[in-house]
Amino acid sequence: MSGGRFHASATTPTRRHQIPEFFTAVAVWMAAGLVVATLAWILIDIAVRGISQLSPSFLIEGVEDAGRAGGIGPVLFSTMLILMVTLALAIPLSLATAIALTERVDQDSRFARNVRRCLDVLAGVPSIVFGLFGNAFFAIMLGLGYSILTGGLTLACMVLPILIRTSEQAIVAVPNEYRYAAAALGLGRSATLFRVVLPAAAPALMAGVVLSIGRALAETAALIFTAGYVARRPESLLDSGRSLSVHIYDMAMNVPGGGSRAYATACVLVALLLAINATTTLLLHAAGLQGRSVGGKG
Amino acid sequence: MSRSDLSLRIISRTLAILSAAIVLLILGFLVRESAPALQELGLARFFTDPGWHPLSGQFSLVPMIVATLATSLGSVAIAAPLGIASAVFAHFYAPRTLAIWHRRLIELLAGIPSVVFGLWGLVVLAPLVARLGGSGQNLFTATAVLGLMILPTVALLSDAAIASLPRAWIQGAAALGMQRWSIVGKVVIPGARRGIGAGVLLALTRALGETMAVLMLAGNVVQVPNSLLSPGRTLNANIALELGYASTFHRSVLFVSGLMLMLVVSVIVVGISYRRGASDEWR
Repeated sequence: MSGGRFHASATTPTRRHQIPEFFTAVAVWMAAGLVVATLAWILIDIAVRGISQLSPSFLIEGVEDAGRAGGIGPVLFSTMLILMVTLALAIPLSLATAIALTERVDQDSRFARNVRRCLDVLAGVPSIVFGLFGNAFFAIMLGLGYSILTGGLTLACMVLPILIRTSEQAIVAVPNEYRYAAAALGLGRSATLFRVVLPAAAPALMAGVVLSIGRALAETAALIFTAGYVARRPESLLDSGRSLSVHIYDMAMNVPGGGSRAYATACVLVALLLAINATTTLLLHAAGLQGRSVGGKG
Repeated sequence: MSRSDLSLRIISRTLAILSAAIVLLILGFLVRESAPALQELGLARFFTDPGWHPLSGQFSLVPMIVATLATSLGSVAIAAPLGIASAVFAHFYAPRTLAIWHRRLIELLAGIPSVVFGLWGLVVLAPLVARLGGSGQNLFTATAVLGLMILPTVALLSDAAIASLPRAWIQGAAALGMQRWSIVGKVVIPGARRGIGAGVLLALTRALGETMAVLMLAGNVVQVPNSLLSPGRTLNANIALELGYASTFHRSVLFVSGLMLMLVVSVIVVGISYRRGASDEWR
């Protein structure tokens, strides 16, 4: 998104023209105001109700009395493990795919087009369908059961399209002069890639990773039937463990009187996501890619 | 080509094919798991059975399909005008600084998890809607929150489409003495309609794919909704509620409903991608 603004000034304003101009302006300002006000309402509501419940011990202690007492220590731990599994699979896979997609300068070979189309479809797959797939494939067919591993692998499939797209953009954004200079020095393709292009693209690649962490943290539906519900601290990757988002869902829907603790957890989750949002902006700024939209699929 | 270059090429291509194959793997598994239901029950029974009583062998998906369509289309009806207005606002009405912050807020909105929307809807919005009657957990609440959730998709893609319009069009229109509202209505929106249309369609796929917020807000009663204020259960919510204990045919029917969702969404996405490929107007 570039911030191009255009000014149109009325030359000879007549009453006939001023009335629709005025009403359109009012409608547009009201629509924008409504959107911003609702967002502010949500964020303030989460902050106000959540912060009063928060304390350092809340972040560390175990889940007691189905979550009405104690804290979210094991939940944070499980969330972290799930994220680690997700990234361990998704980063190498997406980096390799991005390299394959950008290896030719014209970037529009039939191979690349077809891979991109598959990834577009993958990006659109509903999260509950990822849940069904993860349950049938990882949990039952591969015999991993409801576990951190199943949940992490399912999420890896889910964040793959966005991670590939951001990696691709990061690699393309490296100026071609770098590649020419490397070629002039007699470096081969792979040496150019690993010694010149990838280091130069590192901040933007990192931004993509951070963005995917945000997506994975926000996901719930794909995790309920893959990583499961168990609120204990998992002892291995084959144990079930619930993520922050699943904890919020469970506290809000299944535990009477769990609303305030759900808010506290939501507050932690939103704070994490805000930090991630800020980090992404910062990294993109460092990579000279600021202003590029990263929020929407497209 | 040196040996390391060749192996890089082989490895990266193989992994790229693997990434692309995941979507086929998902499709394959959905088909495999839904095959028992499709073979034994046939497609027609999902529409002709008297109701959804999976334990006694009645598998009508009609109430869920109606609820899914109602919430998705309703939320697009909310998100499309607000999202387009929001993009127009950022380009033509807001002062520069405000426009930047407005876009940031919209991107922030895109990142808020659906459970958080669900929680807010459940605790804040549902009691307000309950004053209109009922418990407040109904299709109206779900649709309103869903509309808010998919709004960033419309807003960000419309914004990109408007930004990619040739500047000369707008300057030309201004030079002809057109006022701001008629430039927006007669030049900008018609000119960016492809991009805006793609944004609205992608928002529809988001709405069709959303589970958690609707699960928490729609009330989850299996019935064909007769008004906006009646509770309903969407296909996604149905899967989330029942996959945990479903077995045999019941489980298989849940996969059929997942397959339906995936096919509808994929057709829309592929349609957009072909249209984008057909002309470079949108980007």
